[in-house]
Amino acid sequence: MLRLACPHCGTRDEVEFHCGGDSHVERPKPDVSDTEWADYLFNRDNPKGLHFERWCHVFGCGQWFNVARDTFTHEIHGVYRMGEAAPEIDQ
Amino acid sequence: MKGYSAFSLLRNALGGHRSWKPVWRTPELKDSYDVVIIGGGGHGLSTAYYLASKHGIRNIAVLEKGFLGGGNTGRNTQVTRSNYFWPQSAAFFDHSLRLYEGLSLDLNFNVMLSQRGVLTLAHSHHEMELVRRWDNAIRINGIDSELLTPTEIKKLVPLVNLEARFPVLGGFIQRRAGISRHDAVAWGFARAADAHGVDIIQQCEVTGFDIANGKINGVRTTRGDVSAGKVSIAVAGHTSVMAAMAGFRVPISSMALQAMVSEPIKPCLDTSLGSSAIHMYVSQSDRGEIVLGGGVDAYTSYAQRGGIPVVEENVAALLELIPAFSSLRLMRQWAGITDITPDTTPIMGKTPIENLYVSGGWGTGGYKAIPAGGDTMAQTIANDEPHPLILDFGLQRFETGALIDEGAASGVAH
Repeated sequence: MLRLACPHCGTRDEVEFHCGGDSHVERPKPDVSDTEWADYLFNRDNPKGLHFERWCHVFGCGQWFNVARDTFTHEIHGVYRMGEAAPEIDQ
Repeated sequence: MKGYSAFSLLRNALGGHRSWKPVWRTPELKDSYDVVIIGGGGHGLSTAYYLASKHGIRNIAVLEKGFLGGGNTGRNTQVTRSNYFWPQSAAFFDHSLRLYEGLSLDLNFNVMLSQRGVLTLAHSHHEMELVRRWDNAIRINGIDSELLTPTEIKKLVPLVNLEARFPVLGGFIQRRAGISRHDAVAWGFARAADAHGVDIIQQCEVTGFDIANGKINGVRTTRGDVSAGKVSIAVAGHTSVMAAMAGFRVPISSMALQAMVSEPIKPCLDTSLGSSAIHMYVSQSDRGEIVLGGGVDAYTSYAQRGGIPVVEENVAALLELIPAFSSLRLMRQWAGITDITPDTTPIMGKTPIENLYVSGGWGTGGYKAIPAGGDTMAQTIANDEPHPLILDFGLQRFETGALIDEGAASGVAH
């Protein structure tokens, strides 16, 4: 069971949240190649270890935010708002 | 390889079972192989077996970082079926089911295939319409499928509660589908591959690749470097990790999929029962345990352990459908790391690196594909050309847009 600290509502159980996957995916310009477009549409960072991902507090404030989480230990290294750059994490 | 038979069993029984020999060798890792297969699960072992038995390539190593069949091959719920919506999937998975039907004979190892049927339930009028459409598509694909009424379902599964919170309005069954013994599949392929000269190296983790000018020449492992003519990746949930090591990206998310078993009880459920609406499926193992599974956990994970919320959902769904099971205690609960693709169709074939192949993206349904996955990958590796059955399963489909979206189409999400 994860406990996530929503920046707006405080710490809640994982069942209140929806995980939206890889964060910081940037939409490329329309004139890119099929390869780059497919990379944007389908390929996601899927590391074993530190991962920056989006979560939505669906059964709370309904707001999206970012989480830095380890996908192997499930340790949460930090929470930051949408639009902010990924933080430097010492592991 | 000494064949197993009723006679050999009798002779060993009379000898007090003291003369059984190990069924595969524990060889040292050599410096060089024609083919190195990464991953000693069902897919890696079956690929090695078919490469050796059908294509005459015998200088093969299967590298396993843990123990043989200890990943998803030993963690799944053993279901084998071929009732898929899209023609490419149906052709591939039915090839697999047919290979399963002959597997015990082929491997001289009893994989205990039990074609007890896989029944999928529907709980609303809208779902009944979809079920009719699925059933129709499956039959057009040449696969057996049958619509069942609630009365027929009750006859087949007397314990089922038709008047549950989501009432059972009907369903469809593939009677040729069923379950088998997953450890036996791993052990049977390992024994048969070993007999053809394949080196199975356990506790040997791949830590890097030797790639030059876009071509693979070997792998680096915790037991030393190995040069290899060809390398194939069959590592399920760790496919992204291997791809990153080789320098390319794959559209895969690694998610924990849980399963659990109850204490063993007398036979009471002789089909495999599932529902996509409440996302639960259940069968009874030959040992009498009630085997239960459902959807994946909500976030990416490499931890091989699942969260309690999903256990609660699975159990709640089961008890609503089969209230009698409320008196059972769960014995074990575990998770495997599944490699989920956007269209829940596997990624098989060549990679951007020459002589490096991949068989991954199996998601929650790799077990049923073990024989066909090995058979088609073996031909793909031997000829450096995708086997016709997996032509549409390559990485290129994400660029062309020709996805095979079974996630939405195949009735059960597995």
